[in-house]
Amino acid sequence: MSESGREVGELAGAARGLFGSVAGALVRRVTDRIGTADLDERDPDYIRDNLAGLWLLASFYFRADVRGLRNIPAEGPVLIVGNHSGGNVTPDTLVFTLAFSAFFGAERRFHQLVHNLVLAVPSPVPLRKYGSVAASHENSRLALRKGAALLVYPGGDWEVHRPSWQSAKVDFAGRKGWIRLALEEDVPIVPLVAVGGQETALFLSRGERLAKLTGIDRMFRLKVLPISLALPWGLNIGDMATHFPLPAKLTVEALAPIDLRERFGPEPDLDEVYDSVTATMQAKLTELQAERRFPVIG
Amino acid sequence: MRTSASTEIDAPRDVVWAYVTDPDRTAAFMAGVTRWQPVAGEPRTGERARYHVLMEVGSAEVGGVVEVVEWDPPGDMAWVSITGPSQRGRWRLRDRRDGRTELTLLLNYQAPGGLLGLVADRISGPLVSRNLRRTVAGVRRHLEDPFS
Repeated sequence: MSESGREVGELAGAARGLFGSVAGALVRRVTDRIGTADLDERDPDYIRDNLAGLWLLASFYFRADVRGLRNIPAEGPVLIVGNHSGGNVTPDTLVFTLAFSAFFGAERRFHQLVHNLVLAVPSPVPLRKYGSVAASHENSRLALRKGAALLVYPGGDWEVHRPSWQSAKVDFAGRKGWIRLALEEDVPIVPLVAVGGQETALFLSRGERLAKLTGIDRMFRLKVLPISLALPWGLNIGDMATHFPLPAKLTVEALAPIDLRERFGPEPDLDEVYDSVTATMQAKLTELQAERRFPVIG
Repeated sequence: MRTSASTEIDAPRDVVWAYVTDPDRTAAFMAGVTRWQPVAGEPRTGERARYHVLMEVGSAEVGGVVEVVEWDPPGDMAWVSITGPSQRGRWRLRDRRDGRTELTLLLNYQAPGGLLGLVADRISGPLVSRNLRRTVAGVRRHLEDPFS
């Protein structure tokens, strides 16, 4: 390596070190804000008080259409497995949470697993009061053992930042933790398919290489550093401060429940379950996408 | 928000009473209500009877449990919500001339949540009123001409 090449290398190393220490401090602050398992922070009275007004906003702004709530078993623990959209704002989660609480009553325990970062950033809707908890195995088990309906998004940050032109694609990135969870806790699965969230901004790229290069993949448990065009920022890198969603029409549909052992035998093969459930969801998503005539308008 | 609808039916009071208080028929004739199902283990009718109720409100289906708190046949049946949105409802039946019956359905409900709740009330008001009117008109049509 030439002299100047070595200097550039050292400079890059120093920059990475500086970025690492700044990001490290940020991670600690974020972790402090999240706290521990917080299933108890769900506040049914708060939900009751705000449900009508928020639903009104959601149904006007997103023309929310939530179908198939009758497919969700009326009682007992259930694992709701959804495809995820809309960057760090995820309006489909909000819309479904409101519809769930309206349908079953705010009294029915309902939790949503969300990424740590989403709980840490300020939100106009107090997610924890609606039952959002940091995504962890401990929280999932606790929730199901308390008899809750639990909503998980296996695709997580990977799926939520997919480019807008892949809006009608279910992409769990091969993650199968949800299948093990349903088997271990012996609860039925209800697939939940949503369309429209990926039109609330123009998502351009997940920025996986950028995530690796800057080291945030290890620090934040984020595999992506997404790039999008979003309000009010224009070019939006990382989506850490979230964004203002465009009023895209959101359609969410709950499908028929699946008892894994009943359908796949006493010792279900994880790959078989994964392929079958994601194929069912993909077929429904394709159908919902076909109903849409225009981007955003729906 | 308090709203009501009335009609006069050419049928005796006890016939109208038997019809409107039958939980198996309620979801069929009550406009906007998609389920009115007795809660297992509770009385099917009468005081303390409980029902799982689902209502269509705009694009949402809203659910809850109501309990009968007043049962005075063949005159008044009133219920209040136990879970779900706050509401009080009442069937009121009164004698009119020539063996006719005046049937009134009253609903008192409130969407909580300050200003937005108020807006939700204002918007849902006309829809709920229309459903009440359609319900009593439907009961009248059925009882005056069961084959209609």
